Amino acid sequence: MRPVAVIGAGKTRFGAFPDRDLRSLAVEAGEKCLQNGHVTPSQVEAFYLGNFAGPSFTGQNHLAPYISTALGIHEVPATRFEAACASSGSAFFHAVSGVASGLYDLVMVVGVEKMTSQPTPRVTEILASAGDCGGEIRAGSTFPSLFAMIARRHMHDFGTKREHLAAVAVKNHANGALNPDAHLRKVITLEQALAGKPVADPLNLYDCSLISDGAAAVIVTAADRARDFSDKPVGVLGIAQASDYLALDQKADITTFTAVKAASRKAYKMAGVDPADIEFGELHDCFTIAEIIALEDLGFVPRGQGGPCSAAGYTALRGAKPMNTSGGLKSKGHPVGATGVAQICDLVQQIRGEAGDRQVARHSLGLAENLGGSGASCVVTILGEI
Amino acid sequence: MGVVYTETVVHMAPPAFEKDVPYQVAIVSLESGERVTGRIEGARVSIDDRVAMIDTRDGVPFFRKSE
Repeated sequence: MRPVAVIGAGKTRFGAFPDRDLRSLAVEAGEKCLQNGHVTPSQVEAFYLGNFAGPSFTGQNHLAPYISTALGIHEVPATRFEAACASSGSAFFHAVSGVASGLYDLVMVVGVEKMTSQPTPRVTEILASAGDCGGEIRAGSTFPSLFAMIARRHMHDFGTKREHLAAVAVKNHANGALNPDAHLRKVITLEQALAGKPVADPLNLYDCSLISDGAAAVIVTAADRARDFSDKPVGVLGIAQASDYLALDQKADITTFTAVKAASRKAYKMAGVDPADIEFGELHDCFTIAEIIALEDLGFVPRGQGGPCSAAGYTALRGAKPMNTSGGLKSKGHPVGATGVAQICDLVQQIRGEAGDRQVARHSLGLAENLGGSGASCVVTILGEI
Repeated sequence: MGVVYTETVVHMAPPAFEKDVPYQVAIVSLESGERVTGRIEGARVSIDDRVAMIDTRDGVPFFRKSE
């Protein structure tokens, strides 16, 4: 396996864009990425698209060549990856695998989702299809309700408090307010976060990520060729994808995600680093409880301490281990299929020292955790300076 | 009979369930050791409460708190 590097990154702003369709968002991110990586479309040997539910949200299927051809990329394998909210993380994992194996020298990955053209109840229904439709979803579970049940059990087992959940929302909104590309650039107080409209007890609106439109793109190549394209290549030091049951009722313990633990264990081993070495990260805060559990599953804090550590500022922008300096899914936004690649773009921005007001002091080694569904898919990526 | 493993009250639902809002969903540990996701009828339940299955509708188990 040969080392792989990211040479180009590009994103759209995230938000609700009634005048933009799925393809125009993907093309904007893709063109920015090609430009950023100094790559021409004819140099792209494979095109991987991460997208969760384009056919349901927009009616368009066969999305990968639909987008690659619009970018001027022709006669290459153009394939869509679907792994719920980890769709583009999975596309990125497979792109890295393709280059690492020597099958390709240069692969482009785009993640995109266009969600806001549907009313919220329909969006809720489409998102729920990432759960087990025969059991938990038929009983009336929504995605917020699955994570609400996870939160209830975490509170029961570890004493996690409502205020701990709210602290994650407050922190991520504070970061997102500094991010010009974020969907909801709004600072919120702890009191506001606690008083949101109920969604699924104990979660309220401020515990939930946003329904967004957006796209993100990256290009990977062999590390030894990276400087032919970019002055600031970023190394893919470790990466792994892992899987688990879809249904919560099939998991032995819902207060931990075994796919996150498995993927991170492999990614740490590949990179030759420990959780303590990671300086900052982007975590999959689809719901506030998910960031708290991610801190524990990734080994950043002891089991059950994710809540108190979040409330104590451990993960704040100027804390010991800044997490979601982009604002996370909570404030940056969560166009589902774009999220995994957007996290990679956010790490690249920090490692290159281009994060502006959000730049962290130590930025040579970052981790992204991209979770699919209620934990049935996970991709963990460790990027670093090379 | 079973014991509530976890639960939530849903306030925002997809179109098929909007008429039921707010409703309680729970994962129940059955005596067989198996867990199932079902709906709670009647009084609200909390983790560790004992419940009895009262009905199955369209494949969904419905439970009620047992004293």
